[in-house]
Amino acid sequence: MLDLGIDVLFKGTNFLRLLGGLWVAMRISLISIALSIPLGLLTGVLMTSKSKIIRFIFRVYLEMIRIMPQLVLLFLVYFGTTRALGWNLSGEMASIIVFVLWGTAEMGDLVRGSLISVPKHQYESSEALGMTKGQTYLYIILPQTVRRLLPLSINLITRMIKTTSLVLMIGVVEMLKVAQQIIEANRMTSQNAAFGVFLVVFILYFLVCWPFSRLAGFLEKKWQG
Amino acid sequence: MSWEFIGKYMPMYQRAAVLTLKIGIIGIAFAILVGLMSALVLYYKVPVIKRIIKMYIELSRNTPLLVQLFFIYYGFPKIGIRLDAEICGVVGLAFLGGSYMAEAFRSGLESIDKIQEESALSLGMTRFQVMRYIIFPQAIATSVPAFMANVIFLLKETSVFSSISLMDLMFTAKDLIGLYYKTTESLFMLVMFYLIILLPVSLLGSLLERRLRYAGFGN
Repeated sequence: MLDLGIDVLFKGTNFLRLLGGLWVAMRISLISIALSIPLGLLTGVLMTSKSKIIRFIFRVYLEMIRIMPQLVLLFLVYFGTTRALGWNLSGEMASIIVFVLWGTAEMGDLVRGSLISVPKHQYESSEALGMTKGQTYLYIILPQTVRRLLPLSINLITRMIKTTSLVLMIGVVEMLKVAQQIIEANRMTSQNAAFGVFLVVFILYFLVCWPFSRLAGFLEKKWQG
Repeated sequence: MSWEFIGKYMPMYQRAAVLTLKIGIIGIAFAILVGLMSALVLYYKVPVIKRIIKMYIELSRNTPLLVQLFFIYYGFPKIGIRLDAEICGVVGLAFLGGSYMAEAFRSGLESIDKIQEESALSLGMTRFQVMRYIIFPQAIATSVPAFMANVIFLLKETSVFSSISLMDLMFTAKDLIGLYYKTTESLFMLVMFYLIILLPVSLLGSLLERRLRYAGFGN
């Protein structure tokens, strides 16, 4: 049989190290998601603000973040801040900053989209009933938007987890880096390790993201109409 | 900011941008092909193949391009498939983009009311004619916004090609930062070149979207 080199992972603590690398990537995405969701909710509400200036500012922010590849943003924060501001950010810190900036923008846009999908008369009716702005959002608008928003934000979470694979490029030791190290260390004994190890990395990413996208698909179907 | 430095290394960035564009365009073309075929298979519910396509879509959508590229570039040679880095980039982009394009086209195809197909069939059109003249043109129009979003997404994803040692924009920027410590200039040019590539596509996307909304296509 063809030697696929998966056996490398069963030597010593190699597989645990790989999972540790996965955890580093997951930690970055979990922290970023936890920060992005509340910030995104706020941004989304501000994006539907009546003030043209506020809307314009957030529009520019969203478009600027959106048009750049995430890797470019990572480079800008990781290398750029060192030079321009004299900060010495760790790779992990830089990636959290980028993912929060990016996640907030994307989440904000999702919130904006679901907010404007609520018919205007809902706002007007609750105003007519004498509700304050806060009450209107809390009791009338938010419950209606959640159904539309939840599947979309779960999809954003999977996108964020997938994007964390990029942090390798600014020197964070995550799963792909650990995989490379394992392959390098076993170059002599197991020449086909690159196939097996990267296959396992591929499967692990799939196993992490797949349940989320299934859940999003399920909720979307359930709440349709 | 040293303009002299920028002028000196401009050609390097130009070459890199051309490479990014070249692989991006070829990769996206293949992604469209893969996506179109997958969407048709799903639409006609071809047995067995439908299952394979569904599995492919799940696999491709739930893994990062970087991991896919590493697997193709470093893993495949170990089982005897050795691909050139540029071809790897194209294959990776087609593999990732195919599933996104498939979803865009599929939702376009499904948005066409069943009654249109039935009417066309009752007029004596063949199944091929129904697809060619009735369903396809309308479906394409409906899927344009998702399609353009995918094109921009895929062009942005090309930024990871530097990891399989393709001399693209990211590679050039990282190289210059490492060699000359000209961080500001290198990053400035990096951003500028990505804007030159992505802004027109993004503007075209929103233009098309606005145009299509007016058309309405009977809805």
